[in-house]
Parts: sequence; C-alpha cells; structure tokens
Amino acid sequence: MIGLASIPFLLVLVWILFLARGTPAGPAVTNPGRFLVTFLDAVTVAGLFFVVASGFTLIFGLMRTVNMAHGSLFLLAAYLGITLQQTMVGKTRNIEPADVSMASWLVPLLVGALVAAVIGIVVQQVLLRWNEGQELRQALITLGVSVILADQMLAWFGGLATRMIWPGAVTHFVEILGRRYPTSRLFMLALAMVVGAALWVWLNKTRMGMIIRAGVDDRDMVRALGINILAVFAVAFFVGAFLAGFGGVMGASFAGAAPGADGQWLLNSLVVVIVGGLGSLKGALAGSMLFGFVVSFSPAYLPGGLTFYSIILTFVLLAVVLAVRPYGLFGRPE
Amino acid sequence: MSRTSKLALIAVTAALAVLPLVTSDFVTSFLVTRILILGVAAASIVFLFRYGGMVSLAQFLIFGVAGFMVGNATGQAGSKGLKLGWDPWVGALFALGVCLVVALVLGALASRTSGIYFLMLTLTYAVIGYYVFGQVTNLSGFGGITGITPPSFFAGHPWRLYYVAVGLSLVVYLGFRSIARTPFGLALQGTRDDPVRMASLGFNVPLHRTLAFVIAGFVAACAGILNIWWNGQIDPTSISIGPTLDLLIIAVIGGISYFGGAWLGAAVYLTANIYLRNLPLVGLIGITEARFNTVIGIVVLLIMVLSPEGIMGIIDRLRRGTRGMKPLAPPVARVGAD
Repeated sequence: MIGLASIPFLLVLVWILFLARGTPAGPAVTNPGRFLVTFLDAVTVAGLFFVVASGFTLIFGLMRTVNMAHGSLFLLAAYLGITLQQTMVGKTRNIEPADVSMASWLVPLLVGALVAAVIGIVVQQVLLRWNEGQELRQALITLGVSVILADQMLAWFGGLATRMIWPGAVTHFVEILGRRYPTSRLFMLALAMVVGAALWVWLNKTRMGMIIRAGVDDRDMVRALGINILAVFAVAFFVGAFLAGFGGVMGASFAGAAPGADGQWLLNSLVVVIVGGLGSLKGALAGSMLFGFVVSFSPAYLPGGLTFYSIILTFVLLAVVLAVRPYGLFGRPE
Repeated sequence: MSRTSKLALIAVTAALAVLPLVTSDFVTSFLVTRILILGVAAASIVFLFRYGGMVSLAQFLIFGVAGFMVGNATGQAGSKGLKLGWDPWVGALFALGVCLVVALVLGALASRTSGIYFLMLTLTYAVIGYYVFGQVTNLSGFGGITGITPPSFFAGHPWRLYYVAVGLSLVVYLGFRSIARTPFGLALQGTRDDPVRMASLGFNVPLHRTLAFVIAGFVAACAGILNIWWNGQIDPTSISIGPTLDLLIIAVIGGISYFGGAWLGAAVYLTANIYLRNLPLVGLIGITEARFNTVIGIVVLLIMVLSPEGIMGIIDRLRRGTRGMKPLAPPVARVGAD
C-alpha cells in the first residue's frame, strides 16, 4: 500500500523538478532559488503547524477529547501577547522591529502561552473531568467554550486585524541563492524545533512522558497500576493548551491576529492530525510537513491562472491520505 | 409513533397551516419560514447521528453548495459566478444534482470513519468548502452572488414559499422517521451500534454510511434551495465556520437524537436571536444583542452539562418520569463511552 501511495508524491516531485513550465515559479532545475525559497517557506510554516497541532494531538491521544476551543486558546494568547508587547514597548501603533527587544517578544510569548494553559486546565477541571470518555459531549462542551471565547474576544479586542512584531534582532534578511529570505521565519523554525525536541525528550525520557505514552495505549491499565491518571490528564491538558498559546503568539508575529483566526487554526490543527493520525507526535510532524508543503508549493507550482485552486489541493491531500489510511499516516483504529 | 407524538404533530401542522392568517407577515415570512428551512437542514444532522452515529458538520456546506449552484445556474449577465442564465426550476434541479455528487464523494471519503473522527473530517470539509467558494472566483468569490430570483411562482407571494417550507418539513420529518423501519434503516442502525459485527454479517458498512450521507445531503440541498429562493443572495461568509457550527448548535439545543428537536432548536435559536433584546432585565446585566453568541455559548454549555439530549430530551424525561418509566440512556453521553 505504501508503494501505491507514493506514486502521487513521485508525480508531484517530477512535476516540480522538471515539468512545471508556465507556473509562477517554473521548474526547479531552471529556477533553483525559487525552489529553495518555497521549500524553506514550507518547512517554516510546517514548524508553526507542528507547535499548534502537537498540543491538539497530545490532548486527543491521551483523553480522546477533541478540543474545539484549541483555536480560541491560540487566538486568545495571540491577543494577550500583542497587548503585552504594546505595553512593554510603550506604543500601541507603528511599532518598529527596532523598538522590540528580545525580552519584549519572549515575555509576551510566555505570558500568553501560560494564560492559555491556565484557561485550558480550568476548562478541563471544571467541564471535562467528570465526563471522561464521552467524546461527543466533550467536543460539544469545548465547542460552547469556543463560541463564548470568540464572542468575548471580539468584545475585548475588537474586530480589526493586529499583529505582533518580531524582535529587531531577528528581523533581517539572509541571502539564499540570490534571494533575500527573512530571518524571522528561520527564527520561527528554530523555536518550533526547540519545542519539538523538548516534547520528544519529555515524552520519551521522563517518567511523566512514559506514563503519558502508556496512557495513550491503555488508560485503564495505567489506572489499574495505581497511577493517578487524573493528575496526568491535567498536566497533558495544561501542556496542550500551552502549546496552542505558544503557537498563537508565534502565529500572531507571523501572520497577525484577527477574528476568525481561531477557526482557521482549529482547521489547520485538524488537517495536520487527520493527515498524520490522531494522538501521535510522529503523525503531527508528518502531517505538518505535508500540509506545509501543500500550502507553500501549490501557489508557486500550479499553472498560472489555476493558482487560486490551491485550496483544493489541501482537500486532495486529505483525500489521498484517507483513501489509503482512514485513520491517518500514523493513526490506529480504536 | 406514539399517540402523544401523533397528536403533537397534527397540532403543530394545523397551527402552521393557519399561522399566516393570524400573525404578521414578519413572523411568517421572516421568522417561521427561516425556522422551517434551518429545521430541515438540522434534521439531516439528526438523521445521520440518530441512525448512523455520525456527527456531520458538512450539512451546512451542502446547504450552501445548493445555494451557490442555484446562483451560478440562474445568474444573468452582470451577476457573479458562471451566469448560465437558466430557468430557476432547471437551476434547482442542477443544484440538487451537484449536491448529490458532492455528498457522494465526501460521504465515500468519510465512510470508513464514524463518531468523533467523522465530526473532525466533516468540519474540515466545511472550512475547505468556504475557502473554495471564496477563492475560486469563477464560482463566486468572497463578494458572493446577489440578486438570485426565485421561480416566478413565488414572486410577490411570500406565503407560497412559507407553505412549501411547511410541506417540505412535514415530508422530511415523516420520511426520516419511516426510514428507521426500512431494511436500509435497520442495517444503518446496526452499523451505528456495532460496525464490526455488521461487517462480519456481510453488510457493506462504508456503503451504508455513504448512502445515508447522500440522503442527508439531498435533504440539506432541498433546504438550501428554499433558502436561496427566500434569501436571494449567498456569499462564502454565510457558510463559514461560524454558521456551520450554529447549525450543529441548533440540533444540539433541540436534541440531537430527536427529529422534532431540529425544528425546535431552530425555533429557539432564531427567536432568541430576534427577541432576546426585548426581554426585561437583559439590558441591565450588560447583555446586548451584540453579545448574542456569548448567550448561545452559555446555553450550549448548560445543555451539555445538564441534559446532553437537549430540550426534547428534557421533555422526554419528564414524560417518562411521570409515568414511572426509566429514562432512555442518553445517546450523546454514550458516544465513545463504551
């Protein structure tokens, strides 16, 4: 099956490398600079996808909770980060990267993520703790939370798009094959890699991580061994919501924050985990990479005039993966 | 159907039949027609959940696809979209055909999953659909299509559209209920309760789910066509994630396992949307109509915490409670619990 599934990917590769005449970018062999830049775009945006979706998949993998409020936590942290940054810099508009020290980016990042994490754990303790395993009920409860949060954010932060400013220290350009590339995107990728590495160490090298991995496989057995799984659930929800908020501040610096971004990022997380397979960190990584490649390459390598169909390719990606593996690349049926 | 629900159905139908005679045009053609249309769309969610165990967020997408297709087929030169300039009735048939194909493809792709996976996958469909209509300017673009005219039969007679909506609601309600006892309906309920056993008995589980999705898609498309005749315009924002979730919320408020709950939920939702501001005290506690969504979110939370079966579930429990019968196990709480 894997051999069969790799055929579309090979065809896409051949198209991009040799055949893509008449596209905005042109074949990669004649225009390697554009190819490399598109490649970097794909990997950097995949990093952001990974940070947000890994939180979603961590919560789902352990507790089977589909957190419909994941995007709301993302947007809330983004707004809080922006507000805090404006306070720290002392201006509310026209903030230049030169005004922004590393601290006035990192402190809002951590504060925004922590507030998201605290709200996440409150929601989990008050609304989700007592109905564990009732998947639909939990999804609808978090749906209610997301509706309330979206409306309250509209009331508090208004309907205009705002953005977070990257620190001046990373707002430069590097030259790659004759093209200028913003260092802020590479900084974002580096942050995502740090998050990914920390998650990997936490899940694979610590006792808590071991319990979480065991819990993903068999909650009841872990409980029967005398481990307080409710405490583990709380920790996992805290970390998952923290990751949503962390990604939210990164995303606010990368693409800005506006009403509707919550739904957009819930969708991004869903696509990543549906493609990669729910509940697995490897799946989140694979799903982020594939999704990042589709969103970056399709506007550049679809024939001109067809580029606005690029959204359909996201659907094609879902369709191809689901046709071969209904539970995603690394997912397992119940 | 029990005697009480038969009597209730007859009473509601009779009330709807005489409603235009006793209330204002605003109530019949603005409020109740919309309740009936959204009720039909929400009933297709109930159908998939009650018989198939699938929570679909794609019903509002198909509802919207029908509207866009009518707009594209009937649009004259000067409007947005494909501007095919067809007769409105032909346009409606065309929209139904497209919706059936869309439902077949989406349903087949989702048919190997159920429950919570189905919810996530159909939510993804809905959001992708929003972007498709936003970005593919040949079909619509973010500005949407305006000035879509209904067939001349309805022009100037809003009560005709109202009675068609009443008729469609009745047909859909009775039709969905009677599917339960057909061989297909029984097999579908089997796949909901134990897909593995049904598969080993020789039933094609994905095929049953796909067919159910196509039936639900057909019903959602009928509602979508009535909606576009009523509304005359459609844009991608009207099928974005917010309205998509609102339709699920309508089904949940009414009771996602009860067909009557679909219309009841639509009635509560739309009436609250229009009349909430008129309630006394509401202004005093700082809730204005601008914060309607906060109120709706709190209502969803309360329902999910107290009675996941919605308003119909509460009614059912009261009825059974007074007769000393045990309440039915709430299916919403059962999804994933075993």
